[in-house]
Amino acid sequence: MEGGKTKMHIAVTLNGKKYDADVEPRLLLVHFIRENLGLTGTHIGCDTSNCGACTVLVDGKAVKSCTVLAVQTNGKEVLTVEGLAKGGKLHPIQEGFWEKHGLQCGFCTPGMMMAAYALLQKNPSPSEEEIRRGISGNLCRCTGYVKIVESIQYAADKMMMAERKMEVPAK
Amino acid sequence: MGHGVKRKEDPRFIQGKGNYVDDVKLPGMLFLDFVRSPYAHARIKSINADKAKALPGVVAVLTGKDLVPLGLDWIPTLSSDKMMVLPTEKVVFQMQEVVGIVAEDRYTAADAVSLVEVEYEPLPAVTNPMKALEPGAPIVRPDKGTNHVFHWEVGDKAATEKLFSGADVVVKQELYYPRIHVSYMETAGCVADFDQVRGHLTLWMTTQAPHAVRTVAALVTKIPENNIRIISPDIGGGFGGKVYVYPGYIVAAVASIVTGHPVKWINDRSDDQPSTAFGRDWHMTAELAAKKDGTMLGVRIKTVSDHGAFFGDANPSKFPAGLFSICTGSYDLKGGFAEVDGAYTNKPLGGITYRCSFRVTEAVYAIERMVDVLAYKIGMDPTDLRMKNFIPSNKFPYKSIFGWTYDSGNYTAALKKAMDKIGYWDLRKEQAEKRKKGELMGIGVSSFTEIVGAGPSAQFDILGIKMFDSAEIRIHPTGKAIARFGTKSQGQGHETTYAQIIAEELGLPIEDITVEEGDTDTAPYGLGTYASRSTPTAGAAAAMASRKIRDKARKLAAHLLEAREEDLVWERGKFYVKGSPERAKTIQDIAFAAYTNHPPGVEAGLEAVDYYDPPNMTFPFGSYICVVDIDRGTGQPKVRRFVAVDDCGNIINPLIVEGQIHGALAMGFGTSFLEEIKYDEDGNVFGANFMDYLIPTAVETPKWETEKTTTPSPHHPFGAKGVGESATVGSPAAFVNAVVDALSQGGIPHIDMPLSPWKIWNALKEKGLAMEA
Ligand code: FES
Ligand code: FES
Repeated sequence: MEGGKTKMHIAVTLNGKKYDADVEPRLLLVHFIRENLGLTGTHIGCDTSNCGACTVLVDGKAVKSCTVLAVQTNGKEVLTVEGLAKGGKLHPIQEGFWEKHGLQCGFCTPGMMMAAYALLQKNPSPSEEEIRRGISGNLCRCTGYVKIVESIQYAADKMMMAERKMEVPAK
Repeated sequence: MGHGVKRKEDPRFIQGKGNYVDDVKLPGMLFLDFVRSPYAHARIKSINADKAKALPGVVAVLTGKDLVPLGLDWIPTLSSDKMMVLPTEKVVFQMQEVVGIVAEDRYTAADAVSLVEVEYEPLPAVTNPMKALEPGAPIVRPDKGTNHVFHWEVGDKAATEKLFSGADVVVKQELYYPRIHVSYMETAGCVADFDQVRGHLTLWMTTQAPHAVRTVAALVTKIPENNIRIISPDIGGGFGGKVYVYPGYIVAAVASIVTGHPVKWINDRSDDQPSTAFGRDWHMTAELAAKKDGTMLGVRIKTVSDHGAFFGDANPSKFPAGLFSICTGSYDLKGGFAEVDGAYTNKPLGGITYRCSFRVTEAVYAIERMVDVLAYKIGMDPTDLRMKNFIPSNKFPYKSIFGWTYDSGNYTAALKKAMDKIGYWDLRKEQAEKRKKGELMGIGVSSFTEIVGAGPSAQFDILGIKMFDSAEIRIHPTGKAIARFGTKSQGQGHETTYAQIIAEELGLPIEDITVEEGDTDTAPYGLGTYASRSTPTAGAAAAMASRKIRDKARKLAAHLLEAREEDLVWERGKFYVKGSPERAKTIQDIAFAAYTNHPPGVEAGLEAVDYYDPPNMTFPFGSYICVVDIDRGTGQPKVRRFVAVDDCGNIINPLIVEGQIHGALAMGFGTSFLEEIKYDEDGNVFGANFMDYLIPTAVETPKWETEKTTTPSPHHPFGAKGVGESATVGSPAAFVNAVVDALSQGGIPHIDMPLSPWKIWNALKEKGLAMEA
């Protein structure tokens, strides 16, 4: 245990910003984000890696940040809910959740949106079934999921449209 | 009103800017963690915390003995019993808090927990409430001398006896409503900050009823009530589980007093699930008497309820069995009798949680299940049987045999709509076809009646405090407003709904109205949010306070327009002079005048407070139909369709109402198919974390199909009824009825929830219906 307290140096890029820190090797990524960096949008809902409230992206992959050590992200890029909106403009996933009532208490929402983000990166136009599978590692106790699925569909449509606009330059 | 406006609270949540209790961070804050009992029942022989104290970073260790001089080793529960905060002599359930460790951070606190040595002498435990009530059972509470908590009954026993003995048909079924947990995504927690100079305690906590907590805290700690401030920040789901006061809150407050530092306590999930309030655990024997033609005559239900080690149900004081007397449901019955005996066992406290509307879940499940049992017995279609026995719509207000006055209802219309939407008769044809092929398909119906909006103060109080609720609205000079309430949202969207009510009543734009709840220093007194009471009570208060403001606005407008008050006409957002609509003053003009140009004899300012005491409960209702297919090889049930027709009176925000129904349906689905907290005979708990306690994910949760009918409440200011719990109350019977309907061809009369594939497969196997590989 004492050995576990010897701090290690890490350099992490989080939401595009570089952070240097000395942390205990046992420090969980979620605690690093919430307590060391003060970004409390990433939540903790369990201690058995079941709920997904802590979901963030590490080098583009969705991970449960309660099951990753902060030191494992040394030299990597982390994206949290706070990094979704750009220049004061909501990300289509955020818009979708607001528009389609994809949240109630909001506690699962950041993790849910990050899982959706990872899903849409891999599969830009998922079917309902694929969306349900894509967020199956994230629990929500308030919404009954139907509205979350609609929120993600909304975001997928919106992102596809934006994509198409970029492909076809305006005349 | 009636518009699905996007929620005002969402921008902060979708950007990670919510403020939940674990997000509160104060300078010098310490962290509290607990040593918990491995035994369900054991005497504490000794506690040795020397090694823990010696660990660098550990600041304090608190045991039950430290709480005794403060009179805080036991505290009152919400049901006039008392509960242990930390034990001094024995533990009474597994995972009970035993020693509090306060350290500089949560990792150190957890390290120290593992260094505490507690020596226990195990005692025989009792975990079955029926056994607990037998003579010679281990006594959970020596201070009580018995495991019997209470006996409650309603109805005329002798007359019901006669009714039953004269009936053509009597059906009887044992029904167990399992012990479950709300499993809000955010566990319970708090930050306590005691200011030694001012003698002032601030407590950020996950509570659904901040004012009630403040009053109780003042009474038990002797800190004057004006020196206690409860702040309930954003809450990550409550569902009734956050009405209770847990040891963590008390120990954190004491730790802050002792150490002079703010102290945070956040339950780990695996600590929260087995130690905080459970729901249900209700063992019923239900009977229904009827004539041959299906006319239902009476109901009789005998229940043994399991309350754990402390009777702490978050119930209105006069109702130890909650509102179970709504168990006559949607039917016009001649008589009935219901009784409940409560038992102490070696489990944590609870009972009233998980969107249950004060035991209405158990009542509705019993009657709706029994109607189906009767339907099979007499060979009648369950929808025909329901239609035949519904309280007719022209009989409202309807006085039930157990004394409730149902405000309004049209049960036939709701069931009819559900049947049309799902194509009921076609499904029955399909089922008949499938049966011929040996395939298992079931259709389940539930036509529930809820009772919410507690409540009229003559009947309803919690610890003596009447169950009114409140709104305070202040209009600023520039026509913007702030409104504060005695309730507390845990995701229900009050910031939007209340703003919509005020917008409707005063004609202000929704974005100009700020809604606040949860800070006892600023909000008017109220009893909080649970039992679907916010719209029926605080929502009504919002309308009434708005109307008081309008009355004053009329005086001001008369002054501004140099007209007589009685000559003014109100039209959403303005007053004009009768006959000359161009002579008008908007609510914004009037607000400005209230501070700059108020007439002699009229006070300055434009604000009002209302404490709304409802004249009656409201009675939302609905009809749900579920279609399920069952795999004979695995016992796996699959919900193919679920149609929910709800009637919650007039709707403020249809988007929010739909969301509430979806969420509650998912909870009912979890109850029916997945969730249960079990104990073995020694009191070991199963289902203490999310690996063992399964809550629905997006994969198995059905795609809900919702519809509505609208039967306004005649006594509510804008005809609303409340909706938060309807679907948890109404849906389990539909799920179970569907599964049993599928199995009925094999002569399987009933299976208790949760309907796991294993249970279903075993039932099939017993009847030789399971397909084996
Ligand atoms: S906190 Fe539950 S999975 Fe990470
Ligand atoms: S919105 Fe509350 S848990 Fe998902």
